[in-house]
Amino acid sequence: MWRYIVNRLLWLIVIMLCVAVIIFTILWFVPGDPAQIILGTGATNEDIQRLREQLGLNEPYLVQLTSFLSDTFLHLDFGESYVYGVPVIQEFATRLPRTLGLGLISMLLNIIIGIPLGVNAAIHRNTIWDQGVLVLAMVFISVPQFYLGLLMVILFSVNLGWLPPFGISGDYPTWTYWVMPVLANSLSGLAMNARQTRSAALETIRADFVTTARAKGLPENTVIYKHMLPNALIPVINALGMQLSMVVGGTVVIENVFSFPGIGQYLLTGVNSRDYPVIRGSVMILALFSAVVTLLVDLVYAFIDPRIKAQYINYAAKKSSPKEKKGGKKNG
Amino acid sequence: MANAATKTATSAPKRKKDTQFRQIMRRLVKSKTAMIGLVVMVVIILACALAPLIAPYDPNYMDYSALNATPSLAHIMGCDNLGRDIFSRVLYGGRLSLALGFTVAIVGMAFGVFFGSLVGYIGGQVDNITMRICDVWMAIPGTLLSIIISSALGDGFWYTVLALSVSGLPGSVRGTRAMALKEREMEYLEAAKAMNCSKMKIIYKHMMPNTIAPTIVGTTGQIGGTMMTAAGLSYIGLGIQPPTAEWGAMCSSAREYLTSYPHEMIMPGLAILVTVLAINMLGDGLRDAMDPRLKD
Repeated sequence: MWRYIVNRLLWLIVIMLCVAVIIFTILWFVPGDPAQIILGTGATNEDIQRLREQLGLNEPYLVQLTSFLSDTFLHLDFGESYVYGVPVIQEFATRLPRTLGLGLISMLLNIIIGIPLGVNAAIHRNTIWDQGVLVLAMVFISVPQFYLGLLMVILFSVNLGWLPPFGISGDYPTWTYWVMPVLANSLSGLAMNARQTRSAALETIRADFVTTARAKGLPENTVIYKHMLPNALIPVINALGMQLSMVVGGTVVIENVFSFPGIGQYLLTGVNSRDYPVIRGSVMILALFSAVVTLLVDLVYAFIDPRIKAQYINYAAKKSSPKEKKGGKKNG
Repeated sequence: MANAATKTATSAPKRKKDTQFRQIMRRLVKSKTAMIGLVVMVVIILACALAPLIAPYDPNYMDYSALNATPSLAHIMGCDNLGRDIFSRVLYGGRLSLALGFTVAIVGMAFGVFFGSLVGYIGGQVDNITMRICDVWMAIPGTLLSIIISSALGDGFWYTVLALSVSGLPGSVRGTRAMALKEREMEYLEAAKAMNCSKMKIIYKHMMPNTIAPTIVGTTGQIGGTMMTAAGLSYIGLGIQPPTAEWGAMCSSAREYLTSYPHEMIMPGLAILVTVLAINMLGDGLRDAMDPRLKD
């Protein structure tokens, strides 16, 4: 198991390096000169050249790339914003907790509401409850996050006046500013989870080991939660990784909808003003967030699915006994 | 005589393929949700395609006597802040949104089938390296990648297609590759090899057609998601931009009037919702029809 964890940690570093190179390269090809944007249209050519020199924009690609990589990975320095002159890392200190909160609470909601919903729908298959969950899930999967957010603003802020329409602090209690962004960000993932869990549960409900468990006279709850659920969850956990990418991308859009001052908003302001350090830093930090959560999901996955653990146990045991290939205990 | 023998030999597998296709179709037709989805989707596609005939107004015509008009008989979806008829704009905008969704899906599918089959068949080191590249690629959140690429390239239809497809490519390569790996073990490929077919011919004439059908099903499921991402991109001011009529961009420019004229935002958003819902319903039905085991 340790070998697996170490492997995955190394992989994380490789991925972050690749992300850094990719984001740097994409920005390298972006038309539009940051120096021109900083100085405005009235700047003389000389001024622009001087500023380019100062920002290191005249250096060749590889030199700039190396200095970016070493700054980022060795000194954890994302540079200063071209536009505001504030170190990017300083902005992260206030913005990162908000985005992390938004993303993590959304993921958490997806899991703790979506999975039980799916299990329940599967158990009560073809009832009104099941059909209702399916229809609602279908609708929520098909609503763009920003639209859902705006509809909630119309309903809860404009018409009912219960929740603040945007921002992060003001007249309302602080937690109310989080309700709509979190809901808008999580509902589609939640719906996906419910559907996925339902179909996975339906598949395991017919499995032989479930019938055996019932035949043994185990109480229905034990059958469902101890025998069926762990097996049904394997594909669901696998799909969580995919949703994560949605949640992270979603935070950018959602933060824009609700003027929520997190990393996503920061990224968009950077994009609009060609503020390279801001863009790079934000993308790196969002990618890191996504990579770390993926890593955690994979570890949980390995913990639940004995086949992955078995791979590594076998890998170590291969040298001693090459015959023992299909190890690992069976679930259920 | 010999002629007749070859005739039956060639027609036999054809008939079998036909019935399998018919079976799938029969299952699809039986599914109510899929049929509703199909009908709604066809209606929307037709309406958007025939926009010049159906739209009551020019999408860019500004009627200064109808600024922010609420829905009425003259303007069934109302007018926006510049007095442009929202229904007409939704129809014209749909052309763009639908074209984006389908183009991205087709680009992704073509790329996936082409490289997936190739890599799956060749296997070995090529396969290994490609899969590692896909792993890294997929580790970057897709929407984030689209945002960066879109902001790098600027607005425009093909730039947006590129920005949206890039994030989906590794997934489709992987999907097809997995199918190609399964197909590789099939006997008909052994037979083709035994007949001294060239590698290229085996991959693209024998293997690829067998990987296409499942890929189409998978792709249908993605069209809806792509359209939502596209709308999200234009909403945050990337991708397709105003004054071009596009559903996401229309929602974005209506944001200022959210409190007083919510219909300006609700209508184009509703168009996205209904279209994506229809596509997803059809996609689900298709998937179930292809794999009766999944049907419950």
